[in-house]
Amino acid sequence: MTEKKITENYDIVVVGAGHAGCEAALAGARLGLQVILFTVSAESIALMPCNPNIGGTSKGHLVRELDALGGEMGKNIDKTFLQSRMLNKSKGPAVHSLRAQADKQAYTNAMRRTLEENENITIRQGEVASLIVENGQIRGVTTYSGAVYHSKAVILCTGTYLKARCIYGDVSYPTGPNGLQAANYLTDSLLSLGIRMLRFKTGTPARVAGNTLDYSKMEEQKGDVPVVPFSFSTDPKDVQIPQRSCYLTYTTEKTHEIIRANLVRSPLFSGTIEGTGPRYCPSIEDKVVRFAEKNRHQVFVEPEGNYTNEMYLSGMSSSLPEDVQFEMYHSVPGLEHAKIVKNAYAIEYDCIDARQLYPTLEFRKIQGLFSAGQFNGSSGYEEAAAQGLIAGINASMKILGKEPLVLDRSEAYIGVLIDDLVTKENREPYRMMTSRAEYRLLLRQDNADLRLREKGYRVGLVDEETYQKVCRKEELIRQETERLEHTYIGNTEEVQKFLIEKESTPLKSGITLSELVKRPELTYSSLAVLDKERPVLSDDVCEQVEINVKYEGYITRQKKQVEQFKKLEIKKIPADINYDDVGSLRLEARQKLKEYQPVSIGQASRISGVSPADISVLLVYMEQYGRRHRDE
Amino acid sequence: MRETIAAISSAMSEAGIGIIRISGPEAMQVICKIFRPGKKEKDILSVPSHTIHYGYIFDGEKTIDEVLVMIMKGPHTYTGEDTVEIDCHGGILSMKKVLETVLKNGASIAEPGEFTKRAFLNGRLDLSQAEAVMDVIRSRNEYALQSSLEQLKGSLSEKIAEIRKDLLYQIAYIESALDDPEHISLDGYTETICNVVDTQRQKLAWLLDHFSDGKLIREGIRTVILGKPNAGKSSLLNTMLGEERAIVTNIAGTTRDTLEEFMNIKGITLHLIDTAGIRNTEDTIEKIGVERSRDMADKADLILYVVDSSTPMDENDEEILPILQGRKVIVLYNKTDLSPQISVEEVSQAVQPHPVIPVSMVENKGLDELEDTIEKMFFSGSLSFNDEVYVTNSRHKEALTEAQDALQLVTQGAELGMPEDCLAIDLRNACEALGRITGESVSEDIVNEIFSKFCIGK
Repeated sequence: MTEKKITENYDIVVVGAGHAGCEAALAGARLGLQVILFTVSAESIALMPCNPNIGGTSKGHLVRELDALGGEMGKNIDKTFLQSRMLNKSKGPAVHSLRAQADKQAYTNAMRRTLEENENITIRQGEVASLIVENGQIRGVTTYSGAVYHSKAVILCTGTYLKARCIYGDVSYPTGPNGLQAANYLTDSLLSLGIRMLRFKTGTPARVAGNTLDYSKMEEQKGDVPVVPFSFSTDPKDVQIPQRSCYLTYTTEKTHEIIRANLVRSPLFSGTIEGTGPRYCPSIEDKVVRFAEKNRHQVFVEPEGNYTNEMYLSGMSSSLPEDVQFEMYHSVPGLEHAKIVKNAYAIEYDCIDARQLYPTLEFRKIQGLFSAGQFNGSSGYEEAAAQGLIAGINASMKILGKEPLVLDRSEAYIGVLIDDLVTKENREPYRMMTSRAEYRLLLRQDNADLRLREKGYRVGLVDEETYQKVCRKEELIRQETERLEHTYIGNTEEVQKFLIEKESTPLKSGITLSELVKRPELTYSSLAVLDKERPVLSDDVCEQVEINVKYEGYITRQKKQVEQFKKLEIKKIPADINYDDVGSLRLEARQKLKEYQPVSIGQASRISGVSPADISVLLVYMEQYGRRHRDE
Repeated sequence: MRETIAAISSAMSEAGIGIIRISGPEAMQVICKIFRPGKKEKDILSVPSHTIHYGYIFDGEKTIDEVLVMIMKGPHTYTGEDTVEIDCHGGILSMKKVLETVLKNGASIAEPGEFTKRAFLNGRLDLSQAEAVMDVIRSRNEYALQSSLEQLKGSLSEKIAEIRKDLLYQIAYIESALDDPEHISLDGYTETICNVVDTQRQKLAWLLDHFSDGKLIREGIRTVILGKPNAGKSSLLNTMLGEERAIVTNIAGTTRDTLEEFMNIKGITLHLIDTAGIRNTEDTIEKIGVERSRDMADKADLILYVVDSSTPMDENDEEILPILQGRKVIVLYNKTDLSPQISVEEVSQAVQPHPVIPVSMVENKGLDELEDTIEKMFFSGSLSFNDEVYVTNSRHKEALTEAQDALQLVTQGAELGMPEDCLAIDLRNACEALGRITGESVSEDIVNEIFSKFCIGK
């Protein structure tokens, strides 16, 4: 009797329907390819198993960029947010960051609906157990139940599910986040293909019943009015909704005493947890130990959604035993009588050393195999989604025989994120930070559309109309910035009076409008009264004009740095280079270059252990190589 | 990468004329800014290629030197780029001044081997020379790195590290606040930044002022004193310096580490290095000292080999003789005040072809002759110091200046009311410039500093 098994054919298999998987699937499907999206539970699509927000510092940038390229996260959160704030508003425009509280269930439902409405996507519940690879080329996957799905590309977005283990105290469950089933077979398949795996750890705080909290002991935090939408495509009018509040309270000395007294019972100290945790999301016990001089830490109490009264205790993630958690949470003002719905826990999972990937997010060793998200050693929904989109685009480009999309460090935070992941040794879950972006004055959340719409359009994810709109916007900004540079304001009585009123130095002679906009006490909009010929322009155009003028010095200098950076970035290293032939490389550099196989001289220069002299040697070798090949 | 570069391309000695070479797209603009032709009507930008012009190098209104300038437009030049060669008066001081003027006016100091690298990349050298070019780059960089690290020992590197540390802390603080505004506030922080920046700028200014006086940088002819134990090496150092610097005893092996001093002989700076005596020894600490002595001798521009005339040449001298081969050496026939066990002629025979000078530290005899000999060697050009030392020093200076300029921009930005995130960008540039001296990169340092010093994140 022959065994009968399901065998199907798709263009792309996406493994995992979290934030990376959803973006990857949508990108492929929107580019016209047949996609099957695997998830261990169809109810957990685009699940937010940890914090209930999208965006935040530098993560907000990622969402904006992803939106400009044609991704879904920005649109989805605009449909499902409970509260929205622009962080860092008192600082420069480069670090303004949008953050929204999400209704978790609504977020999941809306994303699921979007996926279901796309006829090129098949959602399939099941566990992918192994990869089918022939001669270094991916051919598809098989599931635990034995079904075979052939495909031209596979995108791994397994998040925190691979061999996942949830831990608090001496309790350890072999499950994925939120009690969901872990994926226990794929790791072995990956190992057998020679893929290097790492084990990382992250954690989440407890959830408590909202009706058992005393909000009078907390500080209320309201959302911004008006709300700024995440997506460039969302009409601002549609997001002016009544908002939910968050609440701020603090840990006490008593909390810290409870923690200190029970440190020995922490699985971190007993060695039960092997994985490396993120420094960015320290557990409360970590904070108490490492910053012993602080007598209190902030705790943000945030709603999980309108469907539940569960509240998230941001700032108090933990893997201490259940009874210690119980005592610890109740020592926080406002939480004295809190009913705990879900314990805090740490989660350990398998992920890869992302240096095995090209900047396209394709595996160096296996053609057609891509990966994204926490599987690549990152942390955070936004980091995952951004990678998912890029992996989805590049898997599609490969199948369609088109040029891949690689953003560099000067073009987007997404570029910084992926370059860091594939170039640097990563010892903890990688989180995006504004300090990681060298050219952040150019990579603002307000100009993501100007930076990236065109790239999204070239790929095929942004439609003609949207693209034309951004082209027109760009032209208006250029014209108006130029007009300000060439419009002179004389030292008339009206002008002097205006300046004195604004506590600005009166003019000695004529001056351009841009010079006036540059003055710290003046703005583009406040100068409207002096600017008789000012055209009527939309708010977003005015904002760009003001930034261009006010920060011109910084922008110009960063653009110059980018020019230098690009010179090395465009020098591609031939894939068949043999570093053993480059006699004059230092040993350390040779080993590192062999290990990393950088795609460009620029990437090579960012590898630690490769010196400027090694780069010079490499340039000479490449010239020699190039001349030889031209001669042949 | 396609910056305009400059370097001294003749030997760093007092001999003959000095040549400063400038190469790159801005070479003509640079020379135009600093050169005033003898004939006032001459426009250096429009002269034909491969012609020589007489005139003066000016730094602003100050005359630096009388020179000949050779204008060579690419691609028919060594590097294939526009190239200018300035023939100035020989002498380290005048060459340095001309180079500094060139650097101030838009050129950067050439990396070791960079002219050769450009020549190759621009197709001016054929394929067969590629290996040689790579070797040049590697060996010159290795030497530069080594000398850079050695020069950095002590006060200079410590001071730079301190400045960098203070700046890094400020950056980390600002970045922490930007990444986690709900935990860390920047209200009124600009004032703190300005204060820190002012202090650090003063420190940098002090460093730059003291950069060239030889106290901070180890520039000069590396002169290593070698000899078997108790030959009188430390006494020589003390006598030459005219002070008791090294501990002198008659116990063999007293100097276990090396001692370094700077001295000036007739305008030539000697970087004097006293070493532990070389002998076969089982004492571990002394063994290390002996190894270092050999190491030092390998990198020396000049070796002063002290022979003890009151004892016969022994197996320890035999250890030293091979080190002298092919090096610039002056042999000192020491302790002429005692009864000799070996004659000057015998020593001369053994150390051929190096000159031998009889000296006595006790009677203070023979030192004049030693100084004359050093001077003669230097001015005849047979002795020069390795220019990589100078090159790295210029690079350090360039980096310090860049850091200072970046800090200036921080202050300016603060005055213009720029937000802290903008100020952090220039702080970072300053740190990056300093990191080029200490060999540290900034980005990971910032992230590490943030996590180690500040409690952020949820």
